[in-house]
Amino acid sequence: MKTLRTVAAGLAALIAFGLAGCGGERTDNDTGDRAGTVTGPITVFAAASLTESFTTIGKQFEAAHPGTTVTFNFAGSSALATQINEGAPADVFASASPKNLAVVVDAGNSEGRPTTFVKNQLVIAVAKGNPKGVAGLAGLTEPDVKVALCAEAVPCGAAAKAAIEAAGVKVTPVTLEQDVKAALAKVKLGEVDAALVYRTDAKAAAADVDAVEFPESAKAINDYPIVALKNAKNGAGAQAFIAYVSSPEATKVLTEAGFQAP
Amino acid sequence: MRTARVPVPLLLPAGLGLIFLLLPLAGLLARTPWSTLPARLAEPRVVEALRLSLLTSTLATVLCLVLGVPLAWMLARVSFPGRRLVRALITVPLVLPPVVGGIALLLALGRRGLAGQWLDATFGITLPFTTAGVVIAESFVALPFLVIAVEGALRGADSRFEEAAATLGSTRWTTFTHVTLPLVAPGIAAGAVLCWARALGEFGATITFAGNYPGITQTMPLAVYQTMESGDLEGAVVLSLILLVVSVAILAGLRDRWLTAP
Repeated sequence: MKTLRTVAAGLAALIAFGLAGCGGERTDNDTGDRAGTVTGPITVFAAASLTESFTTIGKQFEAAHPGTTVTFNFAGSSALATQINEGAPADVFASASPKNLAVVVDAGNSEGRPTTFVKNQLVIAVAKGNPKGVAGLAGLTEPDVKVALCAEAVPCGAAAKAAIEAAGVKVTPVTLEQDVKAALAKVKLGEVDAALVYRTDAKAAAADVDAVEFPESAKAINDYPIVALKNAKNGAGAQAFIAYVSSPEATKVLTEAGFQAP
Repeated sequence: MRTARVPVPLLLPAGLGLIFLLLPLAGLLARTPWSTLPARLAEPRVVEALRLSLLTSTLATVLCLVLGVPLAWMLARVSFPGRRLVRALITVPLVLPPVVGGIALLLALGRRGLAGQWLDATFGITLPFTTAGVVIAESFVALPFLVIAVEGALRGADSRFEEAAATLGSTRWTTFTHVTLPLVAPGIAAGAVLCWARALGEFGATITFAGNYPGITQTMPLAVYQTMESGDLEGAVVLSLILLVVSVAILAGLRDRWLTAP
């Protein structure tokens, strides 16, 4: 009986802790409608390849607009589009390709025109020192080179397919990952020898991987569009964040990460 | 016949619990595209994923039986130092989030893992991204279910039969095969069904350890996830429905024979 009571008390504590965690995020319901002021939480759904730069930009934005908190959900753009169309609470969507953004726009869930804020292109991420000597896409067809690609529904997978077709080679991957970071992780772990990822992802992981540039990546350049969402709880915040992404401060962060100007 | 009134404090939560369990299934059925269902079922990738799922979960169950029954017997019949600790350790995969199990498997059996690098160097065997890797991931997650079920059955079995066999000159091995096994067969079968169902539904450890490639490592749950992520909700519903039907059919088929409570 005593143990039962201890367990029950422990469970109650856990639940209380969990609920407190949930509540903390969105208690401030001020949507910032007052003229000129932006405040409250802003939820941004962004492509996995934006993880590092948007995290930095989010902090800068919070510093520039006291009273705001920017929360990110980073995942494959296709997954994010599905989540938004199924009613996930988001204010802004930044996709790694216009195709996945169009899914949200076509479903009538966007607000206003999408704008393209950066471009990105693919590189081959290989283990430090390039032990398999991969020099280009043709190197990925060697039987002893294990390759991870993104699934075709994800922008990096669509770009990889376009680049591979442009090169006229046949690459058989061992796995199709759900976002670019998962593909990169397989290289970092040493489970695959190469993965097609964005130049920016390889740069962010430069301590663990080397990037091999290849000419066909110019045939598969991804535009990154950003748009405010119709069901935004913080419409003013969404507009302010989108405007900030094109500001000189944010552009500097994005350029340093390896993104190209649109 | 007089039935005692069911107290409301028990009836109400019981009813809510039932609705809670059944409502999501109703949601699945309500969104099922019945008209396009036959065409969807015949899609090669659906057939492929289902075949792979049935194959791997069956192989995983066989592996679990081969390893799990002797393990359960050791725990139930042999007293050795640290037995309680071993029993506790066996239940760890049961409470471990499967994705953590997948990472642990990578670090143990991956190409750079503890035992994996030796497997690769000595035999040229790498498990990630192979169907064998899927079986390993499923077995890791499902084995504790079998061990716990069989150990329970062994403890509940009347050990006098085994003692009688021993007094009649039977060796411990003969006793095990001719007395113990037939005695606890229903318990083993129940454990195997649980184990199989758990393996069939395995997702986290599989996608982390074995990756995701159609026909090789993409089992039904992975196919459901990827279909959903790529925005094809209808396709995901169809795949989910198949999994639901297969699991319910197998459980119902075995229930009367094996799963009746003593």
